[in-house]
Amino acid sequence: MANALDPHAAIATVATGETDGTLRTADGKPLARALARSQTRARRRAFLLVLPLLAFIMLTFVVPIGQMLQRSFYNDGFSAHMPQLSQWFADHPRGTDPDDAAWAALAADLSAAAEARTIGIVGTRINYDVPGTRSLFTSTGRKARGGIEPPYREALLEMNDDWASPRLWSAMREASTPLTTNFYLASLDRTRNDAGEIVQVQERQRVYVMLFMRTFWLSLLITALTFILGFPIAHLLATLPMRRSNLLMILVLLPFWTSLLVRTTSWMVLLQQQGVINDILVWLGLIGNGQRLQMIYNQTGTIIAMTHILLPFMILPLYSVMRTINPSYVRAARSLGATSWTAFRRVYFPQTLPGLGAGALLVFILAVGYYITPALVGGSSGQLISNMIAMHMTDTLNWSMAAALASLLLAAVLILYWLYDRLVGIDNLKLG
Amino acid sequence: MKRLLVLSTALTCFAVAASAQEVNVVSWGGAYEKSQVEAYNKPFTEETGITVNMIAADDPATPLKAQVEAGNVTGDVFDLAMADAIRLCDEGALMEFDPATLNPGADGSPAEEDFVDGSVTDCAVGNIVWGTAIGFDTTKFPDGAPATAADFFDVQKFPGKRGLPKSPKRTLYLALIADGVPAADVYDVLSTPEGVDRAFAKLDTIKNDVVWWEAGAQPMQLLADGEVSMTTAYNGRLFDAMVGEGKPFGVIWDAQYLEINAFVIPKDAPHPEEALKYVNFATDTQRLADQAKYIAYGPARVSSAGLVGLYQDGKTEMAPHMPTSEDAMKTAVIDDPEFWADRDAELSERFNSWLAGN
Repeated sequence: MANALDPHAAIATVATGETDGTLRTADGKPLARALARSQTRARRRAFLLVLPLLAFIMLTFVVPIGQMLQRSFYNDGFSAHMPQLSQWFADHPRGTDPDDAAWAALAADLSAAAEARTIGIVGTRINYDVPGTRSLFTSTGRKARGGIEPPYREALLEMNDDWASPRLWSAMREASTPLTTNFYLASLDRTRNDAGEIVQVQERQRVYVMLFMRTFWLSLLITALTFILGFPIAHLLATLPMRRSNLLMILVLLPFWTSLLVRTTSWMVLLQQQGVINDILVWLGLIGNGQRLQMIYNQTGTIIAMTHILLPFMILPLYSVMRTINPSYVRAARSLGATSWTAFRRVYFPQTLPGLGAGALLVFILAVGYYITPALVGGSSGQLISNMIAMHMTDTLNWSMAAALASLLLAAVLILYWLYDRLVGIDNLKLG
Repeated sequence: MKRLLVLSTALTCFAVAASAQEVNVVSWGGAYEKSQVEAYNKPFTEETGITVNMIAADDPATPLKAQVEAGNVTGDVFDLAMADAIRLCDEGALMEFDPATLNPGADGSPAEEDFVDGSVTDCAVGNIVWGTAIGFDTTKFPDGAPATAADFFDVQKFPGKRGLPKSPKRTLYLALIADGVPAADVYDVLSTPEGVDRAFAKLDTIKNDVVWWEAGAQPMQLLADGEVSMTTAYNGRLFDAMVGEGKPFGVIWDAQYLEINAFVIPKDAPHPEEALKYVNFATDTQRLADQAKYIAYGPARVSSAGLVGLYQDGKTEMAPHMPTSEDAMKTAVIDDPEFWADRDAELSERFNSWLAGN
């Protein structure tokens, strides 16, 4: 019996000598189409097998992250709850002074929003751009619940003369469409002035750009430190006899399995001014009691604790690569007259690069997003950008700002990943 | 076997459905949650038969906002800081109460008069009043203990590091008071750019001596380890360390920062009736007074104050440890939720920028 899946069917057809130029199966269908159909069926079956995982990832990962990132450029807090004024802004180009129709629309929207208890959402949205205006909306809303009598401009200015502020009107115009770049501008320490031009914020308000730079710089430094500390250990692990290397491996893995918080707090116990290390130094007489070193609650503390916590992520990929390097290569190099340094540099080290690349990428990407350790031991100079994202998520509840900062961080990491791929090649990566 | 499994599963589901009389309360965890379980939940379940599920959060405002945004509200009652309660109320996320339906005070006075000023709003019913006060290690100052906010900023006379929370809200007021601003004028001064500059200038004088803390447990650890000699801390935690654990700490009530916590019910709560019953029950005079037996936070009702008795050890009089005691109230700064709803983001940015600069 020949069917579409039977590999002999096609051959049998050729053998019968039907020659119109195309190969056919035994039942006369063109071979190419039959093959394509059977492959589609196989692909569909394979797709059904991965469907649960795909659905799981979409539902729990891609969609929530997408929704979160959407907040960074989409915020309808103002436009959805102030429809009439938003319409007026749409009808009148920038530079138009608010006329009677604008004031009437503002008054009507304010009363409606106050009735619907959405005035807080509107105020919060404008407050992001013009600090101090949230209460302007809520307090006016309280007075406006029963409706506002014309003339509207005078009535509103009577309630609060801040309503005339050009900066406020400029901000309301910005917010009258849900799409906005303001959160990205704010994430780069930029803002818009009364005329709508992009300018830097006052110097004493600037914080994000500096924190981005610091985050990348510290992550690089920590990656370098884990390399310097981890490389010899990985080498030792890979070359020692099995029994002793297993023992050493446990020493690497034990902290890896210990809770992050426990490790961070142990560093506090060790490093603080009244801590173990300072006590020993004082006891040895190396420093006086009054000159105890400040090793924690600053950048030093963040670097020490994060290097220790991320060290296994460097050691393990390096180790797995080093295990596979044949020791006879180095021996051959030595026997051909290379010094031990040359043999290491020209023969051994290049072979460890896939592990080094994987370790460095892992450590760097983890360090860029690190949050709890800098929060606990970072003091003022060891804060990273993730601490600002957390602040906007939990304290100020400005999720749009948190999303904008997170998007920038994500974009920066992707760019670095792309650069890494261009320079080193992502195929050269060996994770374990 | 399989049939047995199916049957028992079905029965369990049925049992869960039958005991639908429940209410989900999201609170702050730790000793505070424990005090609520003892003082509110146990007698509530006993009286009404409604099961109370306690859910702990770092700050219940965060899950509340997340649940409202996602359109999937699972909590019935949330314990929030008043500033967040007012803010979320203005955003239309919360159910509105009629204060007249709350239990009257023990002396029969209507609830609106019985509650401390500012602790009952359209959507929120206050439960506790709590303070951020200065705690110090008595062993570090044998020649005379510090007594004022100004002493906190005087590292010459009172040596040692200082602990402060990493937030503008709970640091700027202290700097202003230490700089000579009367407690009542703090917000007037802070509303002006010069006032903010003045507060940061004062903070500059001790910037190098400050250890910044974030979680409520940290200042007590810093003080116990000798890492700082003075720190601000939540007064309940200070009390716990002083009386509960017998640590040699002292408390300075001068310039304490008073805040109110309140119960709110989100608009789409799954069990609104039970939630309302719970809030009403938990905020009556006796329950609020009972809570003080387990934690040193002041009841939000005036009529509860007289009923506050002994700590659970059976010998410590709680009244003098209350942040609402007459002594503690003299120079207290009372939180202004409106001010912080307006200025928190702006001042946080400035504060973080100031922190990061060296």
